Amino acid sequence: MADVGNVQVGAAVATGAPPRPRIQVVPLRGLPVVAAIVVFVIVSIAGNWLWALTFCHVAGGALWTAIDLFVGLIVGPILGRLSIPARAEFTARFMPKMVLLMPTLVLMTLAAGFQLALKMGNLAPASPNHAWLVASYCVVGVMAVIALGVLEPANIAVLFEMRKPEPDGAVIATLMRRFVLTAGVTGVMQVATLIIMTRVATQ
Amino acid sequence: MTAGGTATVSALSRRFPPVGQLTVVSLALVVIGGILMASYAPRRPPLGAPVAITVVSAVLLAASGYLVSRLRQFAWDRFFLVFRWALLAYVISAGMIGFAFVHDHTRGAPLAVVLAMLVIFALDVPLIIAFTAARYASPAQTGP
Repeated sequence: MADVGNVQVGAAVATGAPPRPRIQVVPLRGLPVVAAIVVFVIVSIAGNWLWALTFCHVAGGALWTAIDLFVGLIVGPILGRLSIPARAEFTARFMPKMVLLMPTLVLMTLAAGFQLALKMGNLAPASPNHAWLVASYCVVGVMAVIALGVLEPANIAVLFEMRKPEPDGAVIATLMRRFVLTAGVTGVMQVATLIIMTRVATQ
Repeated sequence: MTAGGTATVSALSRRFPPVGQLTVVSLALVVIGGILMASYAPRRPPLGAPVAITVVSAVLLAASGYLVSRLRQFAWDRFFLVFRWALLAYVISAGMIGFAFVHDHTRGAPLAVVLAMLVIFALDVPLIIAFTAARYASPAQTGP
């Protein structure tokens, strides 16, 4: 997937491929869904609503981890073997959705998870889960810095580049290289999350 | 698509001050500070290390802001377009985290430290995103 952005539209035009789709950096139709999820999480926290907190944490966390691993281990390598126009079209349709989806899942998982841990007493120093939860904070911290400081800016910049009449393949390739460089770290962190959370749930 | 034209050369070869790196370090520091604070919940945490981390993080954020403000030949229109929408998104995120702390009866100095960290967080992320998006754009304006 190293040259996933190495790129794009020129090749599509030159080979007579269909015109590339208009790229919307943030899919506006998804915003009401995001707003509804945020309100639901806030209501869950405000009401200390056990089922809703558990739902937000488990559903959000499962989707977050599964999507991260699936995209990194399955979609990424397949994408790297597609033709350049196919990669361009897939990326143009896929990445805007990730712009909305992943931050929403992360927010939902972490906010509900912290409240859930507090409510269930897992944060208390005497709890056998305390050390595991602190370890999970560290894992999430590493993923947050990578996601917010490295990947999300690259994602947005790639989408802006692809909106140009003549996208710069070298710029897109440079930005997409970040995804490859960090894929291993986020994969290891996600596996660590699975181990920690299953330990917490069974102690 | 361009592959080796003038636009390509100028977009990749332009040198920028280390705004992205400084802001990522600032973000990493507030994340570490947040982990320190959260690891003591629901007890009152010792504030020495979190306050020191917050101050260093704020200094790095201010340095990044200063370096960005000094840029000329920069796509300010793109920068502000991205910054304001990202700021809205991360103010909502930070507000939600702050709400959880207030709801869980965090009060006084610990709450002030958490809120300071959240303010830095809510500025760090939009700054990184907007700077990254703007540095590869063609400058339509030459000043802020």
